[in-house]
Amino acid sequence: MSLTLRDAINRLLGRQPASASTAKQRLQLVLAHDRSDLNPELLQQMRREILEVVSRYVELDLDEGDVSLATEDRVTALVANLPIKRARDVVLPASAAGA
Amino acid sequence: MAAETRYILICSGKGGVGKTTLTANLGIALAKQGVRTAVLDADFGLRNLDLLLGLENRIVYTAQEVLAETCRLEQALVKHKQQPNLALLPAGNPRMLEWLTPDDMKAIAAMLGDLFEVVLIDCPAGIEDGFKNAVAAAREAIVITTPEVSAVRDADRVIGLLNTEGISPIQLVLNRVRPKMMANQDMLAVSDVTDILALPLLGLVVEDEQVIVSTNRGEPLTLNGSNSPAAQAYTNVARRLRGDDVPIVDPSQERQGLRAKISRLMNTKIF
Repeated sequence: MSLTLRDAINRLLGRQPASASTAKQRLQLVLAHDRSDLNPELLQQMRREILEVVSRYVELDLDEGDVSLATEDRVTALVANLPIKRARDVVLPASAAGA
Repeated sequence: MAAETRYILICSGKGGVGKTTLTANLGIALAKQGVRTAVLDADFGLRNLDLLLGLENRIVYTAQEVLAETCRLEQALVKHKQQPNLALLPAGNPRMLEWLTPDDMKAIAAMLGDLFEVVLIDCPAGIEDGFKNAVAAAREAIVITTPEVSAVRDADRVIGLLNTEGISPIQLVLNRVRPKMMANQDMLAVSDVTDILALPLLGLVVEDEQVIVSTNRGEPLTLNGSNSPAAQAYTNVARRLRGDDVPIVDPSQERQGLRAKISRLMNTKIF
């Protein structure tokens, strides 16, 4: 989130902030979803499952965490931002430990 | 078919952003620059290219009659009186019973290739059958949009479909730019739109009241050497299409003097 001098003055004067940056952010979000063609329910399920898997290894700050879609240069990426509170003591299964 | 004929689709997804106006002006501009040009109105449900070119009273046949062999191609082509390098071919008429197929459009495109160097295809709005028909006749595309969220979103959908169909190159024309709003950051910047859509910019047309006047008269702005901003922009699009190196000026950055300095200062990031 960046702030320009114009935004600062607008805020001081109680005016609405310039709308172009809002338009850009909204577009980027909606296009990430349009391009991936994932329906919101599926995305929600995937988000839950990813959190579940990661939570087995580390304790996450679930209030801050987010799994969302982002898009740049017509490439859509799944971006996970998962702040870690602390690692868990996980005993590796024998097969994975040997690999 | 002449190997060098270019088949250029003009599309937008959203309606009312200036597809047909661009097709008409680009057609006239190319013709004036000596290029034998056909404009194919693929929007036969709601066709309007004839009206913008002032040719609405001269249409007798359409591509459909040509395909049915009730007339020859030359009879269906409507030549522009002042610019004989330009001819209009309506794909069909709104009352026709049999809808055209993508193969029909390919056949018509091939016939036009014998007579013309450039075929501009005016695409209908939307991404349904009419769009698919128009794409079938095209090899490259110009996507036109305005700096508004709905138009950019729809353009993005169309670009995705064009990529799937192997259309290349795809270039962007940004229409109805309001330099003052852009400078005040109350309109998506030129770079915002080109970044989001990831297309090279072929042209930039500022909002210009003369466009409405010219459509009222059925005389595209590029026809009579108007020096209005939009007329110049359309002429430059035609020149760039032909490979001329004409620089694009962003009108929101162009302003000189104190106002421009203040505007730049206001847009510096402080946090």
